Formats: sequence, structure tokens, C-alpha cells
Amino acid sequence: MAKSTKQQLEPQHNPSINLKGTLIAVMLLGVFILATWFGCYYLFLSR
Amino acid sequence: MHLHKFEKVWLIFGMGSLALFLVILGFAAFWKGTHPQSHIETIDPENVEAHDSFKPENLGLREVADGKYIVNIVASAFNYDFGMDADGKPVKKIRVPKGSTVLFQITSKDVVHGFQVAGTNVNMMVEPGHVSRLETEMKNVGEFTVVCNEYCGIAHHQMFATVEVYE
Amino acid sequence: MMNPLKIAKQDARLYMSFMYVTFASLLVGGLMGLLQTLARSGKFTLPFNINYYTILTVHGVILGLVLTTFFIIGFQFALMGKTVGISDKQRKAGWWAFWLMLVGTVMAAVTILVGQANVLYTFYAPLRAHPAFYIGLALVIVGSWVAVFTNFRQLYVWKKANKGQKSPLLAFMVVINMAMWFIASLGVAASVLIQFIPWSLGYAETINVLLSRTLFWYFGHPLVYFWLLPAYMAWYAIIPKIIGGKLFSDSLARMSFILLLMFSIPVGFHHQLTEPGIDPTWKFIQVVLTFMVVIPTLMTAFSIFATFETTGRRLGHKGLFGWFKHLPWKDVRFLAPFIGMVAFIPGGAGGIVNASHQMNSLIHNTIWVTGHFHLTVATTVILTYFGIAYWLVPHLTGRRLTPRLNKLGIIQSIIWTVGMTIMSTAMHIEGLLGGPRRSNFSTYAGGDQVQSWIGYQMAQAVGGTILFIGIVLMVYIFIQLAFFAPRGVEEFPIAEEEVDAEPTPKLLENWYLWIGITIALILFAYTIPVFDILKHSPPGSVPFDWPIGRY
Ligand code: HEM
Ligand SMILES: [Cu+2]
Ligand SMILES: [Cu+2]
Repeated sequence: MAKSTKQQLEPQHNPSINLKGTLIAVMLLGVFILATWFGCYYLFLSR
Repeated sequence: MHLHKFEKVWLIFGMGSLALFLVILGFAAFWKGTHPQSHIETIDPENVEAHDSFKPENLGLREVADGKYIVNIVASAFNYDFGMDADGKPVKKIRVPKGSTVLFQITSKDVVHGFQVAGTNVNMMVEPGHVSRLETEMKNVGEFTVVCNEYCGIAHHQMFATVEVYE
Repeated sequence: MMNPLKIAKQDARLYMSFMYVTFASLLVGGLMGLLQTLARSGKFTLPFNINYYTILTVHGVILGLVLTTFFIIGFQFALMGKTVGISDKQRKAGWWAFWLMLVGTVMAAVTILVGQANVLYTFYAPLRAHPAFYIGLALVIVGSWVAVFTNFRQLYVWKKANKGQKSPLLAFMVVINMAMWFIASLGVAASVLIQFIPWSLGYAETINVLLSRTLFWYFGHPLVYFWLLPAYMAWYAIIPKIIGGKLFSDSLARMSFILLLMFSIPVGFHHQLTEPGIDPTWKFIQVVLTFMVVIPTLMTAFSIFATFETTGRRLGHKGLFGWFKHLPWKDVRFLAPFIGMVAFIPGGAGGIVNASHQMNSLIHNTIWVTGHFHLTVATTVILTYFGIAYWLVPHLTGRRLTPRLNKLGIIQSIIWTVGMTIMSTAMHIEGLLGGPRRSNFSTYAGGDQVQSWIGYQMAQAVGGTILFIGIVLMVYIFIQLAFFAPRGVEEFPIAEEEVDAEPTPKLLENWYLWIGITIALILFAYTIPVFDILKHSPPGSVPFDWPIGRY
């Protein structure tokens, strides 16, 4: 995505905010999706 | 537009998972031939008997080679026509040995129906004008209910049969 | 960002009219849902000889098509009125939209109730309903188009008056959703107007079944995103305000809506994966496109957690999950949508399974699918709509969400969660065991397999009963908020950007570009397969009346 040319300085808050909890939460979500999908795929193959 | 470092990590992980699913599905579908059924073969719904497979005498279960079977079925509201047995009674149950390969061929004389051998991967839409066809290996022993799983009218839930897989 | 406007009395009346229909639909449709689960348990028979499929058609049409469309259009009108304003002429157009949709709804509903349209909300040919059913549906769609173009006009007028400024985020989102709805509903409108109506009236002898199904699902998938996007609007731009925070990122929110616009239409084949007349390669291509539409939802998930965490940390909550503990759990405007978000985790994961090409045959047309969309639409979407109604209705009627009503709302949310967990889990498991959807109680040929399904159907009846209690409570809360709650001012929460937020790239508002890509993707995904369908089409189908009990 093209960066806006008007932008002079990186916003201060954005890169520095602590989002560790968020990362863990979404990763748990990702693991849940993988588990569901592979579980169903296993069932599909066994039938 | 700026993405937080963790958001990048998350998106790469998420998109990577999706790509992995697609690779597995694509490999199985295109290389192993496990596409969902699609043959694009058409038929006149008002004259299905003109098709060899759906002539009354060819309906039902037939062993074509050792361990290989073909089942021809005509669906109509609210019945699956598997042909007649020796006593001239309509067949409602077919039996095949475990491990056999069965080709199901089915079409509809009237409205849209479903054809699912519940508990197996045999699950097809049956539409007037089209022939639905799926070959599968019967891996597991048991009695499986064949259900019409697409609404076809007010007695839709009374449209069924049975497939028995024996040891 | 511009300061939000005040909503005038006569505008509020328009927006509220949509809400009355929404909650009346909830009660009627919910009652049908209860009856379905009771009938399917095998312990009850429906009174007065009512046909199971009549109530199922009412349930699907009233909840899936009517409730959702009325709520969305009313809510989106309110968002537009609040952020970019509404003129007298535009309000008048809004009333036209309302009345057209209402007349259409009544026509379709009466036709169903007298037993002349037992075709379910998907009305698959060649089952033929009475023409009034199709004409009613067409009116609903045409009415919605009036709303579409009114919303477009509202933003256009604002843009002209505010040259060079970026459009308010919520107005931008409304226009995206309406653009998607319009492009998608052209498919079903074409099918209804060109195929169904002439055929049901007897002017056309036969109908091309596969073409009608393809046009329906070209519309059917974006339909579910049309329901979902207003929930996303609330998650992105309203919830942050309710929890005391700011927008996480204006650009990312817009970007995810643009991706949703582009990828929610060229994916309808994922509903037709087990059909005989479509080339499997094209099915797979649309499966790939379906997986693309997951990406903006992954972005949304991150953005929501990040909003919670940034807000919590700014308010001084420490530790890895301190921010989570301190979310405003006792505020129903937050709790109801939050439960909706949680339901979208299994809902979304199940959706990926459904769309997985050959794996679709594991669950296609089993009751798993019903379990799936009662999580996504009947929990995620509906609880977020309820979460919106708790403040929108009193805001419009000049009343307040009192602590008592807030508490009832929390109880409502919990009842819904319990009922749906039971019903939906039972549906998912029964579906994996092969139990079919859209089916009245039946023992089929008997045997262990069928017996196992019936056990889960009992559980669904328990869940359905709890859910219906939740519906009655919600309707009570709505009536209180609309007519009886104490007078006062209820806030219309709209989140603001951070003061030092990164400017939003201008490119994101390039409508020609995004709509152009959307159309290009649709042409790519559909041109060749539709051409094939036409070229290889079998003899058409004559209408069938008797299977649905019409003579
Ligand atoms: C009291 C709450 C509810 C109960 C007990 C309930 C129950 C059911 C049941 C049992 C079915 C499947 C019937 C069958 O396949 O034979 C069903 C289908 C359906 N439900 Fe619900 N439901 C409820 C709420 C909702 C809500 C709030 C929505 C949408 C906003 C909704 C939308 C639908 C749709 C679209 C169908 C599909 C109809 C069809 O397949 O033709 N339901 N519901
Ligand atoms: Cu059926
Ligand atoms: Cu879909």
C-alpha cells in the first residue's frame, strides 16, 4: 500500500505500544483454527 | 499504512495456515482426484430411462468386477428407486463387503434432492437434468442411513434407504 | 474527524420504524424456531396441523432475510444521519424504502402462512411457490435499493460540502456494505425477475435450475457478509468508545472493509461444492477466493484485541492480561457484542471447514451447517445488533438505558449464550454423525445411527427453549426502551482517532478502483463457469407444485 506522502513522522504511540497480550490471544485463536481444521480433515480421511 | 510488528507476525501465521490448508486440499483434489463430484453430464429429466444407467432393469446394486460395484438410483419426490428385488418388491437396502469400491450414480426425475450415505463421504446434490456420480471405498463396517438432505417437499424427511457394509 | 450531528425527531422516527419491524420479526421468527426444535425432538407434534416446512420457511425468511435487512438498513440510516446528515428529500426516500420493504415482507409472509410457499428461504426451483411470494421478495430487494442509493447520495452530498476531507469512517463503512449488497443482490433480483416470476405465472414453461441456483448463491454468500459488516462497524468504531478507548487504526479498518467488499462476492460456489453441473476447477478457484475473505477477519481479530489491550494499558492496568480483566463486563453495550465476538471463533473456524472443497462433503446439508450459522448469524451478528439496540433505541426515543434494563440485558446475553451453546453444539455433533438439516422429525429406517441423532435433537429442544426465553426477554427490553424507560439522553458512542494517528492514505477512498477490482474479480470467477452452465444446460424444468402441498 502506498504511503501517504504527507506523513512526516512515524506516530509515536503505534510501534511502541505493548501488544504482547494481543499476540498471545490471536495465536491461541490460530491454534484453535488449526486444531479444528485438522480434526475435521482427519475425520474426512477416516470415512 | 502502518502495521504493528505483532500484527505482521499474526497475519503471516494466519495466511500461512490458510495456504497450508489450500495446498493440502489442492494436492488431494488435483493429484489424487478427490474433487467433490462434478461430471457436467446432462440428461433429460422427463426421460431418464433413455440413459443406460437409469433403465429400470439397471437400477440398484451390481457387482462389475471383484470388489467393484455400481449402484444406479433414480430419485423422485419422495423416493429413491433402487429397482426391484427377486420378489418384485422395491429395494430399500443394499449390502456391500467392507473394502469394496462403490460407484454411486443418481439423477432426479422431478425436483432437487440430496443423496447422503450418512457417516461416509458420499454426499451429493441431485438435480434434474444432471447426473451425480461419486466413487468411494467403503472403509468402515456398519449400517448407514441414506438420507435426502436437500429439501424436496413436505415429505422430504421420509425419503431414505440403507447401505450396509459387512465384514 | 467531524463532530457528529444531532438526530432530529422526524429522522429518529424513520430509524425507529425499521427497529419495530426488527423486533416484531424476532418474536415471530423465534417462536417458529422454538416450534422447530420441539417438533424435531419427536416428543411434540405441531398444533392445528401446521406443516413443519411452513414454519421453517417463516423462520428462515423472517429471521434470515427480514429481521437482518430491516435492522441493517435502520442502523445504517442512523449512522449516516449521525455522521454525514440526512436531508428532507433523503428522509422521504428512506420512507419509500421502508414501505416498499414492508409491503413486500407482508406479501411474502402471508403467502407462506397460507401454505402457498413451503419452499424455504432459498426457494430452490423447480419447486414452485405462489407468484406473490416471489413478487414480495422482489419488493423487499427493490426497497433496499432505494436505501442503497439514498446512502450513496448522503455521502456524496457531504463530500461535496467538505472537499478534501476524508469521509467519516462509519459512513465509509456503510457505503462499502451497501455497494456490496447492491452488486450482490443484482444476481438474485435477475433470477427472481427474469426466471422465477414469469415461470411461476406460467409465461415461461421451464426454468434453468442450475442457473437459478448459481444466481442465488452469487447473492447468498455476500448476503451473510451484509449481515456481518454492521457488526464489524460496531466492533471497529463503536465498542472502542464504550470501553473508554480510541480507534485502533482508521486505515486498517478501511482496508479490511475494502478487502471484504472485494472477496465476499466471487465465492458463491462454496455453497455448491457438491453439485453435479459445475467444473471442479472453478469450484476450487472460488474456494481459494473464499480463503482470501478470511484475511480481513484475521485483521479484525487482531484489531479488536489490540483495542482492548491499548485501552486497558492506558487506563493503568498492568500485567499480560490485566487489560482483559478490567473490561467493562457489567455494561451490556459491551458484553453482548463481546459474546458475539467469542462466538465467531468457533463460527469462523467451522466456516473454513465448510469451504474446504472436497471436505465439504463431510458436512454439506447436515445439521452442522445449521449449528454453524446459528453461531455466526444468530449469535455473533444478533448479539452485536442487540448490543447496538441497547443504546440506539433509547438514543432515538429520548430515553435512557437504566441500570435495571442494563442488568436485564446482561441476563439476556447469558441466557442466549447458554441456550445457543447447547443447541449449536448439539447441531454440530449431530451433523458430523450425518444428521440432515431442513428435516422434520423422522426415524428413517431406524437403527443405532438414527437413534444417536434423536438424542442430540432432544438437546436442541432444550437449547431452543432457553433461547426462546431469551427472545421474550429481549423483546420486553426493546419495548421498555422504546416506550417506557425514563426520559433522558443516551449517548451515541462513536470512537475517535488518536490525536497523533497516522493519516489515512487517500487511496483508500478511491471508489472507482475498489469497485473496479470487485467487478473484475466477479467477472473472473463467474464468466467462464456461467458460460459453461448455459452451454451445457439440460432441458429446463417444468414447475412442481404438489411436493410442497399446493394443488
Ligand atoms: C429461539 C431461537 C432460535 C431457535 C430455537 C432456532 C432454531 C432453528 C432450527 C432448529 C433450525 C433448523 C431447522 C431445520 O433445519 O429443520 C433453524 C434454521 C434456521 N434459523 Fe434458527 N433458530 C433460532 C434463532 C434464529 C435467529 C435469531 C436467526 C437469524 C437471525 C435464525 C436463522 C435461521 C435460518 C436462516 C435457518 C435456516 C432455515 C432453512 O434452512 O431453511 N434462527 N433455526
Ligand atoms: Cu428431500
Ligand atoms: Cu458462503
